[in-house]
Amino acid sequence: MDYKRIMLIAGHYGSGKTNIAVNMAFDMKRYYNNVAIADLDIVNPYFRTKDSQKEFENAGIKLICSEYANTNVDIPAIPQEMYSIIDNKNIMAVVDIGGDDRGAYALGRYSDDIVAEDNFEMLFVINKYRPLTRNASDVIEVMHEIETAGKIKFTGIINNSNLGEETTAEDVLSSLEYAEEVSKATRLPIIMTCAKENLCNELTSIANLFPLNLQKKII
Amino acid sequence: MSDKVLMKGNEAIAEAAIIAGCRHYFGYPITPQTEIAAYMAKKMPKIGGTFLQAESEIAAINMVYGVSSTGKRVMTSSSSPGISLKGEGLSYLAGADLPALVVNVQRGGPGLGGIQPSQSDYFQATKGGAHGDFHMIVLAPSSVQEMADLTVKGFDLADKYRMTTMILADGTMGQMMEPVSLDYEIAAPVEKPWATTGTKMERKHNIVNSLFLAPDELEKTNFERYDRYKKIEETECMYEEYMMEDAEICVTAFGIAARVSKNAINEARKQGIKVGLIRPITLWPFPTAPYKKAAGQVKEIISVELSMGQMIEDVKLATECKVPVTLCNRTGGMIPSPEQVLEAIKNAAKGGTK
Repeated sequence: MDYKRIMLIAGHYGSGKTNIAVNMAFDMKRYYNNVAIADLDIVNPYFRTKDSQKEFENAGIKLICSEYANTNVDIPAIPQEMYSIIDNKNIMAVVDIGGDDRGAYALGRYSDDIVAEDNFEMLFVINKYRPLTRNASDVIEVMHEIETAGKIKFTGIINNSNLGEETTAEDVLSSLEYAEEVSKATRLPIIMTCAKENLCNELTSIANLFPLNLQKKII
Repeated sequence: MSDKVLMKGNEAIAEAAIIAGCRHYFGYPITPQTEIAAYMAKKMPKIGGTFLQAESEIAAINMVYGVSSTGKRVMTSSSSPGISLKGEGLSYLAGADLPALVVNVQRGGPGLGGIQPSQSDYFQATKGGAHGDFHMIVLAPSSVQEMADLTVKGFDLADKYRMTTMILADGTMGQMMEPVSLDYEIAAPVEKPWATTGTKMERKHNIVNSLFLAPDELEKTNFERYDRYKKIEETECMYEEYMMEDAEICVTAFGIAARVSKNAINEARKQGIKVGLIRPITLWPFPTAPYKKAAGQVKEIISVELSMGQMIEDVKLATECKVPVTLCNRTGGMIPSPEQVLEAIKNAAKGGTK
């Protein structure tokens, strides 16, 4: 995939943004030396980018996250190092943005600079199997809310339709029509379709398929 | 095509409540249950319902009291410290025999504690939860599907017995995502002739009240209420037994701890240890029957909890201390690992920790 310098991953909460951001950072590292992933999620207390901290360290990917992430300190803090991504034009970065408009407010603080540089993608993650984004009109409502809060327009769609661990290839295939519908209604291109790595053999017909290695679960 | 949707536990509770006919939600945000309120805020205005973020947990629970008095299905949700604030209201609901659904997505305590998962409100939930003689029906889901199923069931039980049903979940159950099917047949609403719906000049006033100044009258009311509790204890206990047929060691756990325990049990079985699980689904009424049976069958019961050991007391009471009951726990927001539980099982298999 063609990476821009800053890849912003946003969408409805629970759509799979963090998993995609984590996987994208590893993929990016295959092509670029200086790669960072930033956790801008100020909403979600559990299941954070930081869960993969060790893996990032081993791969030489810089992790930028609130020092309070995964701790008991219940405050929506923004990592101070976030500006290093904006200022240092030699860094390639994936930014994991919190869910919905509530999560996107944190992005609004940086979006003027990001838009001015004009070397970014703002990607909208959609999942047909999430109850509040099951059809194009619901998706568009969420999309406009995020754009308003984040002060930045989307440039593409990531189809991440899944049912978690129980996802079958059929579930992914039957989401393509939904993704097309959303794409048509929003006039945004489908940048990629994601699927769990072990399903990808059955999904070779899908253009721009992006295999996902899921963050490990404890239970 | 699949009819399942992918939901967080918190969302599943909210959607199931709406399906069950709840159109009134009052709450105050607190991690890790805020998605319930967020979901209601989004959905209720679209379906003619009421979502209201109250000025505090205390205000929210008293709004629940008000709506319940009119006979409507109503709920609130919070997490541990917020439930403590609701305590007075819970007692008033019990004293006035009002049905309500209250969700506690527990976090570590005591005090302000932390935001990571916990089961340390077991005593609070099952032994009353506030002042006075009373109980709540307490349901402990162990999957996102059960978060939804028990919410629907919880409203039915609350209406049937005119009391509060509490969904006792924890932060992990609230935050984790799993596919769920929300295909329910909703029972017809029960008659509520006691509700304050206006007399239309056709009947005497209904009065909803928890004040009984005459002690003999208050005693009589409490006796009657406890007769109802007795019936619930006899008829409404729910539990799951897993691999208990030939078990020589019994693990017992509810909610998230039961999931961890199952993983450990599966591993122990591979290693040839005969171990099973009793998972209470109703924490009040506490299902004593499977424990009585286990007491004559196993050589040790291991209670796995995200607390300093609270359910273990009910297990000891249910088994009348006929078999050693030991604790395998983490607390303060930590979750026991399957390895830790497996270690406890192996230890018990070797002769135990009496």
